[in-house]
Amino acid sequence: MRFHLVFAFFSKISLYDCLGTYEVFVHLLLGFINASRTTYNAIDMIKLQIPTEKIGDVPLDNHMLLAAGILGTTAASLSRMLFLGAGGVVTKSIGPEPKNGHHGPSLIPISGGILNSMGLPNPSQEFTDEIAPLLAVSKSVVISIFGGTPEEFAKVAEWFPNASAFELNLSCPHADGYGSAIGTNPRIVRECTEAVKVFDKPVWVKITPNVTDIGVIGRAAEIGGADAIVAINTIRAMRISTGMRCPVLGNKFGGLSGTAVFSIAIRAVYDLYEACSLPIIGCGGVSTADNVLEMMMAGASAVEIGSAVYENINVFSDISKDLYDANGIPAAEIVGCAHD
Amino acid sequence: MIEEHMPMVVTITKVLYETPTIKTIVFDELFNSRPGQFCMVWVPGVDEIPMAFSAANAITVMRVGDATAALSTLKEGDKIGIRGPFGNGFFTTGKVLAIGGGIGVTPLFTLATNGGIDTFLFGARTAKELVFADELSDVTDLRIATDDGTMGHHGFVTDILDQIDATEYDTICTCGPEMMMKGILDRLVVKGIESRGQFSLHRYMKCGVGVCGSCCMDYEGLRVCRDGPVFTGDILKNSEFANYYRDSSGRKE
Ligand SMILES: Cc1cc2nc3c(=O)[nH]c(=O)nc-3n(C[C@H](O)[C@H](O)[C@H](O)COP(=O)(O)OP(=O)(O)OC[C@H]3O[C@@H](n4cnc5c(N)ncnc54)[C@H](O)[C@@H]3O)c2cc1C
Ligand SMILES: Cc1cc2nc3c(=O)[nH]c(=O)nc-3n(C[C@H](O)[C@H](O)[C@H](O)COP(=O)(O)O)c2cc1C
Ligand code: FES
Repeated sequence: MRFHLVFAFFSKISLYDCLGTYEVFVHLLLGFINASRTTYNAIDMIKLQIPTEKIGDVPLDNHMLLAAGILGTTAASLSRMLFLGAGGVVTKSIGPEPKNGHHGPSLIPISGGILNSMGLPNPSQEFTDEIAPLLAVSKSVVISIFGGTPEEFAKVAEWFPNASAFELNLSCPHADGYGSAIGTNPRIVRECTEAVKVFDKPVWVKITPNVTDIGVIGRAAEIGGADAIVAINTIRAMRISTGMRCPVLGNKFGGLSGTAVFSIAIRAVYDLYEACSLPIIGCGGVSTADNVLEMMMAGASAVEIGSAVYENINVFSDISKDLYDANGIPAAEIVGCAHD
Repeated sequence: MIEEHMPMVVTITKVLYETPTIKTIVFDELFNSRPGQFCMVWVPGVDEIPMAFSAANAITVMRVGDATAALSTLKEGDKIGIRGPFGNGFFTTGKVLAIGGGIGVTPLFTLATNGGIDTFLFGARTAKELVFADELSDVTDLRIATDDGTMGHHGFVTDILDQIDATEYDTICTCGPEMMMKGILDRLVVKGIESRGQFSLHRYMKCGVGVCGSCCMDYEGLRVCRDGPVFTGDILKNSEFANYYRDSSGRKE
């Protein structure tokens, strides 16, 4: 039996077969526990309709995309996540030159979150061959790109004429000369957006929370012609190994993600909703259907999910079960409803 | 809610010389792992790399590059960090055949010392590189092959596999160079018993916990660090296995 459970991961059919029995048991058990409580959240929870129109000019099967950099280096892992219920996927950020990334340790699960300093490892132009088969069959694949200048952003974007959309990584906190190193400057954010917008594709701009006024950066993207704003990327953070008396990450500092940053992400989305009129894709710490609703109430039209995959690779389909219903309301009814 | 998994800092208590390129590093903490599971070993200031446990408190390292070279210079009293155990490990039933090549013997060695292996086919380039051979002959029916004929059969370990009846075994565990494992998979496929084969794979890993995507394999997108590192032959026969792998930037090699 134990053998079967583990190896079941390798065959989709037997996976559902054997998890089925287990899940039924767990659901019965939870049902029993919940029935004995007076309030059961899931019963009163708002239910949504599956999106019918494009979000940020991209067609999505539901309101949840896989966030950049999580299982995003190969077409196979991205299509696996689509198969497991992601409404769309964002690739690993691709840059003008191949990069091996920082020395390890480069990712450490910590209480309530994940600390990482991958250092933007990516295959650069070779990714065009890698992703081609997926772009041929899915219209919900967003290519994340990074560069140090508007010219570099344009150079990378030109390699992907079949992309559904581009997401500009102007927000990675641990790569010298890239990401938030330039994404804190509103002029550069606008110029990078303009440089990629010339390819006549939807452009999403992913911005950093590591600034005093996130609205200024959001407006810069809007003026540059962005179709959506994605917020947030990870937040600069560090941990020290007391046993080793030195920072635990090979790069010393990195970025924090996961539940630990959810409140910060909500605040960023709320501020952006006030400052801009573009659709916002909320990202940071989302792991439940209620988190999705909260992001929407702050102002997000859709969400991206990354770190929650660590604990549950089925997070997308699990949230969908709780979030959607044939009699659900359109998401538009709640997007931004927390604002006065 | 994600739990804290900072590396456990351990102190090296002993370094055992195995071969000119292989050392066993023993430390002062015990890790409860299943044979075939691995850990991420942090060499401060250098890198963090995947390693099988060769005992509850030991790893056995072959020097191939920067991090393994740095590990090989460490002495009693030095500290390293360990995250893990990670991955699925071997799951054996019935009569068990193990086939190991070179440093790939490590995860199979822990399976053998737990009494989990009946017959062990062990291949190496030369007699000097047969790590753990004495211990293995105590607990398994050990058959050896060396490329240069300095011990056992003169040739490949797959030659010995051709001489025995693999269908007698319920589980066939293997770890070693990918070309050796490919030879084994081909033979199991011919006999129609590839699903009895459990292959421990080696792919470039950064996070070890199934998030970053650097170890993902074609065409199912399986994560070697989390869904593996042990995969059955029926999964591997339609995969990138023995065709290519990706380096630290994600480029195919
Ligand atoms: C699950 C798992 C378990 C492992 N268990 C062990 C173990 O018990 N003992 C052990 O010694 N190693 C083990 N490895 C392999 C080990 O992780 C690599 O040898 C190590 O990462 C190399 O790091 P490096 O910095 O020294 O070399 P790098 O600088 O990364 O590589 C240097 C050169 O060596 C080559 N190289 C890298 N790895 C290997 C290899 N395995 N064989 C031959 N050439 C290689 C590279 O292509 C490169 O040319 C395991 C790997 C995995 C995935
Ligand atoms: C391992 C890892 C790699 C990441 N790589 C990228 C990247 O390449 N580009 C990018 O824009 N964001 C990257 N991110 C940030 C995520 O896309 C996301 O913005 C962040 O993790 C917050 O969302 P979460 O809490 O759901 O993970 C990465 C995050 C992690 C944990
Ligand atoms: S090493 Fe990161 S997903 Fe396997």
